Amino acid sequence: MLSPDRITLHEEGEAIARLSRTRARVAVALSLVMIAMYFGFMTMFAFAKPTMGTILAPGLSLCILLGAGVIVGSFVLCLVYVVWANRFYDPAVRRLMN
Amino acid sequence: MQAANNPLAVTFFFVFMALTLGITYWAARRTRTTEQFFAAGGQITAWQNGWALAGDFLSAAALLGIAGIITSNGFDGLIYSIGFLVGWPIISFLIVEPLRNLGKFTFADVVAYRLRQRPVRMAAAIGTLTVILLYLIAQMVATGSLIKLLFGLPYTASVIVVGTAMLTYVMFGGMLATTWVQVIKAVLLSLGGLVLALLVLAHFDMNPLTLFSAAADKYGERVLQPGSKVAGSGWDAISLGVGLMFGTAALPHILMRAFTVPDVKEARMSILYATGIIGSFHLLVFVIGFGAMVLVGPEVVTKAGGGGNMAAPLLALTVGGNGFFGFICAVAFATMLAVVAGLTLSGVATVCHDLWVNVVRHGAAPEREQLTVARIATVAIAVLAVVLGIVFEGQNVAFMAGLAFAVAAAANFPALLLAITWKRFTTAGAVASILVGTFASLLLISLSPTIQVDVLGRNLAEVSQAWWFVPMKNPALISMPLSFLVAIAVSLVTVEAGAEGTFREMRRRIMFGARREAYAGR
Repeated sequence: MLSPDRITLHEEGEAIARLSRTRARVAVALSLVMIAMYFGFMTMFAFAKPTMGTILAPGLSLCILLGAGVIVGSFVLCLVYVVWANRFYDPAVRRLMN
Repeated sequence: MQAANNPLAVTFFFVFMALTLGITYWAARRTRTTEQFFAAGGQITAWQNGWALAGDFLSAAALLGIAGIITSNGFDGLIYSIGFLVGWPIISFLIVEPLRNLGKFTFADVVAYRLRQRPVRMAAAIGTLTVILLYLIAQMVATGSLIKLLFGLPYTASVIVVGTAMLTYVMFGGMLATTWVQVIKAVLLSLGGLVLALLVLAHFDMNPLTLFSAAADKYGERVLQPGSKVAGSGWDAISLGVGLMFGTAALPHILMRAFTVPDVKEARMSILYATGIIGSFHLLVFVIGFGAMVLVGPEVVTKAGGGGNMAAPLLALTVGGNGFFGFICAVAFATMLAVVAGLTLSGVATVCHDLWVNVVRHGAAPEREQLTVARIATVAIAVLAVVLGIVFEGQNVAFMAGLAFAVAAAANFPALLLAITWKRFTTAGAVASILVGTFASLLLISLSPTIQVDVLGRNLAEVSQAWWFVPMKNPALISMPLSFLVAIAVSLVTVEAGAEGTFREMRRRIMFGARREAYAGR
């Protein structure tokens, strides 16, 4: 038989586990996007050199475009995570605390 | 071309030294506890920490080395630029929050959180010190030859000057002085890079594509296309990528900076700022490298010596005159100092906090004693760095920086990730994983062309016939999965009830931090 105190403690534990899982899902999803983006680029660099060397416009090759894209994309993914964490995760943590 | 008889370069150099030593004096008066010595009292703001992370991470190789590679090879230099950036989002998503909320001074705090302290700390210290020493040797040797090249100071004297300056910053000013040295350096480096890139683009209608097509007109379209000389090819390029991405996410001196900010939110923001600063800087370097190719010429850069490192300084001389050349040389010097200071401080944290306090003294030692040990360790590491820097003069140590990333990826990253995500992870698993990651990386590289051909000077055709030959120059693609595998296998055959029992408590602390009220009060 659980006392009322233990029930709230139990519920809090469940809520922590849920929020923890949500954060893990977001973190893993973003990491997989990052890994796919970078290793997609590196695989093409390593095994598809002629395609990567396609000249798209004067002064612009596919590899330069994609390379700059990976740099900008890395920052954008970080930004997505930070916005999510600041807007959703932090308030949820604060609610759990009070 | 040297900056020694360039009065402006010498002036910039002395202004920088005076400023940083002044800051060290100011910081020394605010460094009385270990919390202040190792983490600047947790009072660094996200913006400061973002710049300091960039200052910690961007070595002279980022400006001088990569610009040189681009000048002589074109596009391939960007492979390194990208590799140095892609680990940062991984730190942001997977590492920084658990690290900030579980740790105190080192990443071993996190690995050892649920596990038995002494074995884990000892193994983590081996992994960390291997990374730090490899990286430090690479930096010291590069520093000695670059200062010789830029200022005309003899190699040994250069290494001693750098060693003394870093010793002064770290020993007296701790993390606070190191942080400010890194912030100032990162701002100067970004400013120098921005002005240099803008001066280049002014010759090309402010359009990078005009610059690239001018390079293609002069040296052929191949400069805009992937080559195979620089980054290796096939699986070796992938292996380089694995080492750079996951190594960056587990470099001890970078992870240590997560403890200098007040809370998890600031830590998260500082990684975002650092990613932005480092990414923008690498885009500027791409322009600078092509600028040097078109406006200076790869032949001139090669003739200037230093293995292509003079591309950016010579470009500064061409587009900005003598004064700007002096400025870039002084910035390169500041860059080296900030990196070696950060590396040294994290080595000191490992020796003092992991080895002395948690292994020798079983977790409790008086503050005064800890600070004494920290200062002795600072002197020891500085002397070691200077001696090794002198011993390795003229040796091919370029591989050591890459190896440091590979060891970090194989030794530190798996243990760190599994410690915070996997309930069944055990002490034996952590120790085995760190040791296998470290030694497998070292073994693989010593059987690879990097050591056999580039360092020992053997014939490639000959050694590639040997049964032990490893055809990859970068070990991470093998050593990191191996380390994960060992961690999982050993954990599954061992049982550690205590570690499983504290998993919930750890998850709670990852969320709320050590001081619950600090979070609630915001």
